[in-house]
Amino acid sequence: MTSLTGHPPRRGPRSILPWLAAPALVVFVGFAVIPLVGVFALSFATWDGIGDIHPSGLTSWRAVLTDPGLPHALGVTFMVMAVSWAVQTPLSILLGTFLAGSQRYRAVLGVVYFIPLMLSSAAIAIAYKALLDPNFGLGAGLKIRALSQDWLGRPGLAFGVVVFVVSWQFIPFHSLIYQGGVQQIPKSLYEAAELDGAGRIRQFFSITLPQLKYTIITSSTLMVVGSLTFFDLIYVLTEGGPGDATRVLALDMYKRGFQASLMGPASAIAVILVLVGLALALLLRRLGGRDAGASQLEGA
Amino acid sequence: MALSRRTLLGLAAGVPVSAALAACGSSGPGDSGGGATYWYLNGQPQEGVRAGAVDAFNKAHPKEQIKDTTFQNDAYKTKIKTSIGAGKAPTIIWGWGGGTLRTYAKAGQVEDLTSWFDEHPEVKKRLLQSSFAAATVDGKIYAMPGETVQPIILYYNKKVFAQVGVKPPESWGDIMALVPKFNAKGIAPFSLGGQSRWTNMMWLEFLFDRIGGPEVFQAIIDGEKNAWSNPDSIAALTKVQELVEAGGFIKGFSSITADSNADQALLYTGRAAMMLHGAWSYGIQQERGGDFVSSGDLGYMTFPPVEGGKGDPSDTVGNPAQYLSISSKASAEQKKVAKDFFATGVLQDEEVEKWIGNGSVPIRLGTEKLLAASKSADFLQFTYDIATKAKVFAQSWDQALSPTAAETLLDNIVKLFQLSVTPKEFARNLNAVTGT
Repeated sequence: MTSLTGHPPRRGPRSILPWLAAPALVVFVGFAVIPLVGVFALSFATWDGIGDIHPSGLTSWRAVLTDPGLPHALGVTFMVMAVSWAVQTPLSILLGTFLAGSQRYRAVLGVVYFIPLMLSSAAIAIAYKALLDPNFGLGAGLKIRALSQDWLGRPGLAFGVVVFVVSWQFIPFHSLIYQGGVQQIPKSLYEAAELDGAGRIRQFFSITLPQLKYTIITSSTLMVVGSLTFFDLIYVLTEGGPGDATRVLALDMYKRGFQASLMGPASAIAVILVLVGLALALLLRRLGGRDAGASQLEGA
Repeated sequence: MALSRRTLLGLAAGVPVSAALAACGSSGPGDSGGGATYWYLNGQPQEGVRAGAVDAFNKAHPKEQIKDTTFQNDAYKTKIKTSIGAGKAPTIIWGWGGGTLRTYAKAGQVEDLTSWFDEHPEVKKRLLQSSFAAATVDGKIYAMPGETVQPIILYYNKKVFAQVGVKPPESWGDIMALVPKFNAKGIAPFSLGGQSRWTNMMWLEFLFDRIGGPEVFQAIIDGEKNAWSNPDSIAALTKVQELVEAGGFIKGFSSITADSNADQALLYTGRAAMMLHGAWSYGIQQERGGDFVSSGDLGYMTFPPVEGGKGDPSDTVGNPAQYLSISSKASAEQKKVAKDFFATGVLQDEEVEKWIGNGSVPIRLGTEKLLAASKSADFLQFTYDIATKAKVFAQSWDQALSPTAAETLLDNIVKLFQLSVTPKEFARNLNAVTGT
């Protein structure tokens, strides 16, 4: 059959383009879509992870939704998300702005700041756990009383430690994003401001911060959606404890599935996690406004 | 295994997806040719003994090879369950018997060894008979008991007791009276690796038994309704909280893990006076504690009676043995290697001597002379007597219960020690999962 469309000469090369996405699509379907469908199906079944899978309708969902553990885990998840966002964002912006300068020592510092990002979460958690040990840790070693608290054994402190370690790990990454954002701001804006007699602080609040709007949204999206998946760090650091003070949703899912052998309810929680993540990502995109995708470059 | 998996992951990162996927499909121990695979726990000194038994077997049987891989305790519990569920179990599955073995057996994942034991009565006869209970599900034997008998023991630091001028406790009342005396000297009365959860559980196991006798927990295993609300159970739970409130445990116990052996270190460095722990702890303290054990500073005793309690103070709890099962997914050849290992590789003389050497009592019968000749003779005789004289040797609760009930139990025990649930709430939470 011959083509009836209006662009016969360009048809050939153009129709190849979609195929270039095929490998990515195969990976996405194989490693994301199929497991997701599997998890969804599993949330309507009963399975102990070893024996046969029995369809059981809404049993798992009812168990999860009526469990007081779920609102608690959701609450902890959102608290970790909100507090770690509030701690990381201002610090990352300040660090990023500072690192965007051109002096050589800033470049060296930038590399040093970047180190935490290259360590695995598990390694970071083990290191902090050893440092925070009330009897053999940093506080006891340096004989500083204030440092040898029961950091991971008291609910409030343990929560604070989790936020601190998360921030320590991810601030470098977000600083890097902000550094890039700041370097994109046209120099002419600053030159004009200087002519008008604006000081450094005034420049920061009147030019840098407004110009970083979209960078803030990008970085916040990464932080918020990323914080839904905090698992390894918290698992090694506190195992969700003490009690269930740091039991975030991802940990709750793991514990139900692999420790209590309740794959059905664990799958239901996994589905809830996916939905929460999607909702948050969409919400943040809305916040960015309709022109979020537009270029911020001068003249473009 | 660990090495080949890593290579595989490295390859997967660099080759096209299809090839990597194909490689994933054919990996896993289930398919690794003729040799049998065997996964067990790491951590010295036990790991060395296990590895030694495998090496000796491999040397003696050039045509039958066992490939061993080791894992850390808590990680192993998840790993082995996932692997069995995925049909990728090792040929020989190391475990604790009891509730977990029951789930494997019910799902048809482990071999029924009853007829094999009938054909090899000599293998069965040379082991402590009490060790077979936790290997048996509905009258059939699904595992080979091995290694050592490990009752839970109350350890104490004699040096610290002398320093404070007090005597080891002979009753629960003595324990409560010792707490303020040690605290006044800045020494924690009890060491506890509370983040590991099962460590706290040992306290409940003894208090339940001493106060209400073994029937209280038996009713729970049998799935009786509201078994946790038994008045004796509530009394035991209350006693634990009283001890926590009195400052009985080391500061920060809920952030200490037992895997790092930090709880043992607290005892031998004299920061804590006492510790309730398994018999395996003796070997760890001997290895890590410098001259703590050899100089005779380590004291040990059974858990004392509770005033007015119904339990027999000779009862004990802990691990009656460790267990080796054979995956039903293994090939006939692999199963044969595993069975030969059970018959001629497990608890041979050399392994028995090594267990005794590091302060454990192997479950093989007729070792009295070896025990008496060991440098740890007193401790070994003490453990042997507990194991053989106890009227009831209850299996550790988290191993005796199903994984689902055990998880709820462990979660609630932590909250009980945190004082964030009352004994009645604890009982209510657990009644909800009893019999699951």
